[in-house]
Amino acid sequence: MQAVKIRVDSVSKVFGSDPKAALARVEAGMDKTRLLEETDHVLGLHDINLEIRTGETFVIMGLSGSGKSTLIRHFNRLIEPTGGRILFDGEDILGYDEARLRTFRRRKMAMVFQRFALLPHRTVIENVMYGPLLDGMAKAAVRARAEAQIALVGLSGFEASYPAQLSGGMQQRVGLARALATDAEVLLMDEAFSALDPLIRNDMQMQLKDLQGRLGKTIVFITHDLDEALLLGDHIAILKDGTLRQVGTGADILRAPADDYVARFVRDVNRARILQCGALADATMIPLPGTPEIAAEATLEAAFAVFADGADCVAVRGSDGRITGALTPRKLMEALARS
Amino acid sequence: MTSGFPEIWDTRAFGRALDQAFNGIVAQWGETLELTFMPVLRFITGLERGLQYLPWWMVVLAFCLITWAAARRWQPVAAVAVLLVLLGLLGIWDAAMATVALMLAATVLSVLIGMPVGIAMARSDRLRRGMLPVLDIMQTMPIFVYLIPFVMLFGPGKIPALLATIVFAIPPVIRLTDLGIRQVDPEIVEASRAFGASPRQQLWTVQVPLAMPTIMAGINQTTMMALSMVVIASMIGAGGLGYQVLQGIQRLEVSRGLIAGLGIVLLAIIFDRMAQSYGRRVQANLHREGM
Ligand SMILES: Nc1ncnc2c1ncn2[C@@H]1O[C@H](COP(=O)(O)OP(=O)(O)OP(=O)(O)O)[C@@H](O)[C@H]1O
Ligand SMILES: [Mg+2]
Repeated sequence: MQAVKIRVDSVSKVFGSDPKAALARVEAGMDKTRLLEETDHVLGLHDINLEIRTGETFVIMGLSGSGKSTLIRHFNRLIEPTGGRILFDGEDILGYDEARLRTFRRRKMAMVFQRFALLPHRTVIENVMYGPLLDGMAKAAVRARAEAQIALVGLSGFEASYPAQLSGGMQQRVGLARALATDAEVLLMDEAFSALDPLIRNDMQMQLKDLQGRLGKTIVFITHDLDEALLLGDHIAILKDGTLRQVGTGADILRAPADDYVARFVRDVNRARILQCGALADATMIPLPGTPEIAAEATLEAAFAVFADGADCVAVRGSDGRITGALTPRKLMEALARS
Repeated sequence: MTSGFPEIWDTRAFGRALDQAFNGIVAQWGETLELTFMPVLRFITGLERGLQYLPWWMVVLAFCLITWAAARRWQPVAAVAVLLVLLGLLGIWDAAMATVALMLAATVLSVLIGMPVGIAMARSDRLRRGMLPVLDIMQTMPIFVYLIPFVMLFGPGKIPALLATIVFAIPPVIRLTDLGIRQVDPEIVEASRAFGASPRQQLWTVQVPLAMPTIMAGINQTTMMALSMVVIASMIGAGGLGYQVLQGIQRLEVSRGLIAGLGIVLLAIIFDRMAQSYGRRVQANLHREGM
């Protein structure tokens, strides 16, 4: 298992004039609504514990207002916690002074924003060069690096364009290139794809997965779309009202939701896209020779296509190459109907 | 005198005390202040002489070059050239150049002082709360009132005229610098912070450039207000077009007043064209679309 990159250690955040006192009342059992009514303080996060490992994509999910943005902004200290510790490679980043913190932000963490937040008065390449130039790197070297990143996200030829001249999807590619250009180990992405239309969004998800495979960054990704979370996330954390409800792999969370809230959250997910044929194969059935075959890791969605061709049974072939059983339309219906 | 309001305290004594205190300041500091402002005086006089002694076409050319640099379009350049030539044809070239010198000095100093103040206000809510009423007073107090102390300190001349003009004209730069910086999209400022920009880097790479159209609107207003001060400033020895108007009043010469007034209007249009076309170009850079 990979080393822990970011450890969040009982972090709490209260917004207001006297957050410490308000936090004490929360510790004493006051909930978010009453805290707001009685003390005019907003409970942003309460007692969050997380481990994010090197090289994984860690997804943070939750409804609007659940504290996702607040949490991710703690990782580069755009927001200071009211209580708790945040460790990066085992080092407490809350101990950093201003100068050290700036260096940390320039070299270790890069951020991609929901509404892109590009500098509108600068060209694409100037935007991508922004981070490294802040760090005082030589201009020529930065330019070469920026050109490489722009090519990586498929925007070669647009270097001299201004952000307003580009489509939303292209602007977010610039946002991604800008983040990659700093060569940071960790990418923080706050609903980076939420403002994009579905096709482009899917495109970007694939591109991110591909990049992740090549560059091996640690990615913290916020979304409120479960399908996106399941597609991208090695681990998923679910937040509600500033508290952590469940952390696990997508399959863990689908199989055993920790509570009602999580269960309702995952109810509408497209299971056909997540569940794998191998898990549903009936080992007691021996498929006839000549039956169409499907891989055990294939999703149920892939099986639909085979059934649609007229088969009434498919053979499931495991990763070891042996047929592990058969899958029938009935079995498939049962799996999807269970929710 | 039958006054409606009872006299609760002795306002005359207060007035006397105030006058005495100020006289004391004048006696104590008058000379020092005058010396301090000598370089400014030399700058204005030098600028005025320069503008007057240069051949007129060189001045027109210089204005055109500046306008081109600001606008990158030929229409405003042509407008500025035509209007300047018109000033010459009206026979008020020298007076107009004296006014331009004073106005430029007032505007430049207003911007040099006003922008940092506006930036500081944008960063500190406390300072802003303190400054807003001061700016209100500066803008609503009748201008003649602050002519008095400046004349007492410096005697009639260009320096008190300049300072009174600055006090009157500086509020728009301050206000609009503050407003412009506060209006910058907080997400973009946050992005620059996330990439490790220091407060100074945030200011110069994000806040000031994005606030520039608003700041330019402020500078434009300041220029116009400085220009509107020239008649009044001429009463304390600023010279220029304002002095011509003043003479028109004293001699009851409609033509003199009218022509000088027209000259002031032409100058206003010229500077408005220059400032606006620059503002528009900056704005266009921020929201450039499909070119
Ligand atoms: N600066 C602030 N001052 C006061 N309250 C705040 C502040 N920032 C966030 N909050 C509150 O903290 C809570 C969490 O906000 P946050 O922006 O983290 O939610 P989110 O999960 O990112 O929501 P969304 O999906 O809408 O982006 C909300 O109740 C919000 O009102
Ligand atoms: Mg958010």
